[in-house]
Amino acid sequence: MDTNALLHVDKIARSFPRPGGSELVVLDDVNLTLQDGEIVGLLGRSGSGKSTLLRIISGLSPATRGQVSYLGQTVEGPANGIAMVFQSFALFPWLTVLENVQLGLEALGLPQKEIRERSLKAIDLIGLDGYESAYPRELSGGMRQRVGFARALVVHPNILLMDEPFSALDVLTAENLRTDFLELWHEGKLPIRGVILVTHNIEEAVLMCDRVLLFSTNPGRIMSEIRIDLRQPRDRQDPAFMAMVDRLYAEMTAKRLEAAQRPGRFGAGIGTPLAPVSTSLISGLIEAVAATPYEGKADLPDLTADLQLEVDELFPVAEALQMLRLAELEGGDIKLTHMGKLFAEKDTNGRKEIFSRALVTHVALAAHIRRILDERGSHKAPKSRFLDELEDYMTADAAEETLRAVTGWGRFAELFAYDDETEMFSLENPQ
Amino acid sequence: MRYRLLLPQVSMSSRYLPSRWDMLAALLVLGFIVLFASTSQILLEPLAKLEITPISLSPWALPEYAIRTSLRMLIALCASLTFTFTYATWAAKSPRAGSLLIPLLDILQSVPILGFISITVVFFLSLAPGKVFGAELAAVFAIFTSQAWNMAFSFYQSLRTVPEELSEAGKLFGLNAWARFWRIDVPFGMPSLIWNMMMSMSGGWFFVVAAEAISVGHTTVSLPGIGSYIAAAIAARDMHAIGYAILTMLIVILIYDQLLFRPLVAWADRFRFDQEDAEDRPESWALTMFRRSNLIGALSVPLVRFIRWSYRLSPPARLGKRSRQRAEGPLGNILWYSIVVLLGLLAFWETARFVGPISLSDIFRVLGLGLVTLIRVSVLIAVASAIWTPVGVIVGMRPRLARIVQPVAQFLAAFPANLLFPVAVSVIVLFRLNPDIWLSPLMVLGTQWYILFNVIAGASLLPRELRDASTNFGVKGWLWWRKVALPSIFPFYVTGAITASGGSWNAAIVAEVASWGNRTLHAHGLGAYIAGATAAGDFHRIVLGIAVMSFLVTIVNRAFWRPMYQYAERKYRLG
Repeated sequence: MDTNALLHVDKIARSFPRPGGSELVVLDDVNLTLQDGEIVGLLGRSGSGKSTLLRIISGLSPATRGQVSYLGQTVEGPANGIAMVFQSFALFPWLTVLENVQLGLEALGLPQKEIRERSLKAIDLIGLDGYESAYPRELSGGMRQRVGFARALVVHPNILLMDEPFSALDVLTAENLRTDFLELWHEGKLPIRGVILVTHNIEEAVLMCDRVLLFSTNPGRIMSEIRIDLRQPRDRQDPAFMAMVDRLYAEMTAKRLEAAQRPGRFGAGIGTPLAPVSTSLISGLIEAVAATPYEGKADLPDLTADLQLEVDELFPVAEALQMLRLAELEGGDIKLTHMGKLFAEKDTNGRKEIFSRALVTHVALAAHIRRILDERGSHKAPKSRFLDELEDYMTADAAEETLRAVTGWGRFAELFAYDDETEMFSLENPQ
Repeated sequence: MRYRLLLPQVSMSSRYLPSRWDMLAALLVLGFIVLFASTSQILLEPLAKLEITPISLSPWALPEYAIRTSLRMLIALCASLTFTFTYATWAAKSPRAGSLLIPLLDILQSVPILGFISITVVFFLSLAPGKVFGAELAAVFAIFTSQAWNMAFSFYQSLRTVPEELSEAGKLFGLNAWARFWRIDVPFGMPSLIWNMMMSMSGGWFFVVAAEAISVGHTTVSLPGIGSYIAAAIAARDMHAIGYAILTMLIVILIYDQLLFRPLVAWADRFRFDQEDAEDRPESWALTMFRRSNLIGALSVPLVRFIRWSYRLSPPARLGKRSRQRAEGPLGNILWYSIVVLLGLLAFWETARFVGPISLSDIFRVLGLGLVTLIRVSVLIAVASAIWTPVGVIVGMRPRLARIVQPVAQFLAAFPANLLFPVAVSVIVLFRLNPDIWLSPLMVLGTQWYILFNVIAGASLLPRELRDASTNFGVKGWLWWRKVALPSIFPFYVTGAITASGGSWNAAIVAEVASWGNRTLHAHGLGAYIAGATAAGDFHRIVLGIAVMSFLVTIVNRAFWRPMYQYAERKYRLG
């Protein structure tokens, strides 16, 4: 263990007990070291446990196994010198900008004069001089996040933790804040020694971080660690930059491909958790990939830039397509299969047919629901029956989501009907 | 069930000083009260003895009494609904009517409901001389007044905020006014109307119980029901009977909660205009059962057909011609204003005539008593706040605890506290305690729970990131209370406190004079004054008492609660 490290995360695991004895594992065997002067990025999709890891590091949540040591001491609760910046800014609406920034110092019990001086300096540093007596409701999103930064910086933390700090901002403001932050960081004007940044935006990770740790989902594990050696300030148009982005896309999709092709461990495969993806997104993505200039095969970074999508929006759809064998993900590309190309050409009825066949063949849960409905005399089955069955394989929330996903797809394919008021699946059309 | 913010019942306009409409409304309400009182005074003597079956104290009579009590509640609810749909619609569609009707509602909300009973019961009795039917009407009317004003307000507010796009869609499809009302206005206002309806009904048990056994002068009325059961039990000093009654009430409220309150609120969820698929949709096993049952489905078919047929009765809106908004022409205005002024003058004259025998010293004395009750209510609300606010914050921040405690608090708020009074009074009599001090807590017994469950709701709505931020920066102890916890629940606290305060004033009338057997305890205050005047049948004093109480409640609302609510909304509203 490198004793000079700022932070050392050692075999951290976090799991929740499930009714029935088994455990839901959110984080598994995570190791990470933060050195002085570096920005480490945690990159992964939502649900990969990266925010949980951040909360464990900051002492807000306990870990089930493993330990975090900060400057040589074990972290057991919120520690002095670790400050956090939040995705939704987390400003107190009833306090002015100055009062918000002062809060951390007041909690430390410093003398009033020093509190005021330091706060005013911090506000000046992040560029909000003149807004001290404004309330958060009077500020735009970007300004609110600046207040969030000021509040975190004013306590002179050693480590700054950032939980998707720019994802709630529009593209221009986010870029503005990022470059401002990087400038201050590289000029040494920030009183911090290390940064951990959680993000689901691949370009942001490449722009800001010295090292990126890729997270997998279910359970959250570190898939790989990639060092980004590009010189600051980094240029998005630089071919080396774009190559690095491509590499990250490839890494993220490759691991997922492996996981998806693992032979199903759960009986008839109905235990695979699914994310609800609307059929219009599915149709839309197929159409986009089929059209010019891609003609059926698209480079993922290009596609996301073109469609203005985030990783969190694109990957679920792409994976749904992969599951239905309408497209394939290889390297950093998405390629339509023969069925997918047919889908793009047909009209609505034709698409429903293709979709219906794909659903029954490749999504075990949909076929299962249809089979149960066919077998029963009344051709009706309550939602709770399937929920109970799914809860043998996953948590209640995941079961709810999976069933919702299949319900949406089943309705589009006209495979079965669902009435939300009586919570019943049936083979009838509504009266 | 996730708690949704209860809309406060007073119209929260930002005017602090009364406008001329407020004055006029106050005058009209006063005139209305005086009219009832003077009529009652005239009618009091000639009323023959009423044929009343005596109240049985046997516990086996309780189920029947419980059914009758609930029935009165439901009838009053239907009446309130009818009132709401007519009054609120009129006020919303006609601005000049609205400028009077809404202040009228505002003032009516401050009039103590039990005071209403005192003056109306004789009037209603006279409608059906010798029969108990009049008394039933009076009881139903009392319950009606506890529900109708809130519901009318809530519906008025939703009518005024129907989104443009919905009404435009209605016009484009040629819906006539009747169809538009039932297909757009009513569904849009449903969620808030139903929530207010259920909350009013919860608060209404208190008045049902109080309204079933009234004596005005020499006329004593005991309607078969739990309230009169309790009154009889008090007179007979029968503690067992009181216990049975409390148990029955608990069961009744539980049934009403599971079979009416929660299914209705869950059903109203489908009318929510914000289309998000919230995770916390209110659930009710009873509703799911009703929906799945074929019997209920079959019963509703003819009803639905009838409603659809009714749309075709009125002529459809003429498409192609933009219906000229019938602007309220000057002739209409003159007519309206002259009628209103006439009514006002009538009210003034009636009041002046009635007020004759009351001297100035009387008025001052009553004002003094009013101030005593005001101090009592303020102190009690302050004490209840000091106790329950921290509890509410601590509970609200622990979701598992909140899920258990909040429904319990709501249940306790619904439970009519007057059922517990005899227990307290017997203790006070036993230990010879000072009634002025020890009768006071009875006033907040039922209403303190409003503060608790509102604060719990507020604390549970604090966003997780704000909590994380305060933990991350080490904000602890008094600093945390001062800068994080208390500000975050402030708007919720004010909503709860307003309801609690209003309820306590009403409770004063039955709490400041309490009896056990033949011992009657009196505390000094306005409630005791009104109760005493009612028992003596002295209508002048009744009206004086009611007028002073309404006046004080209105002033406290305008000068204290309303500004506090505005301030809370402006500064502490999250997001």
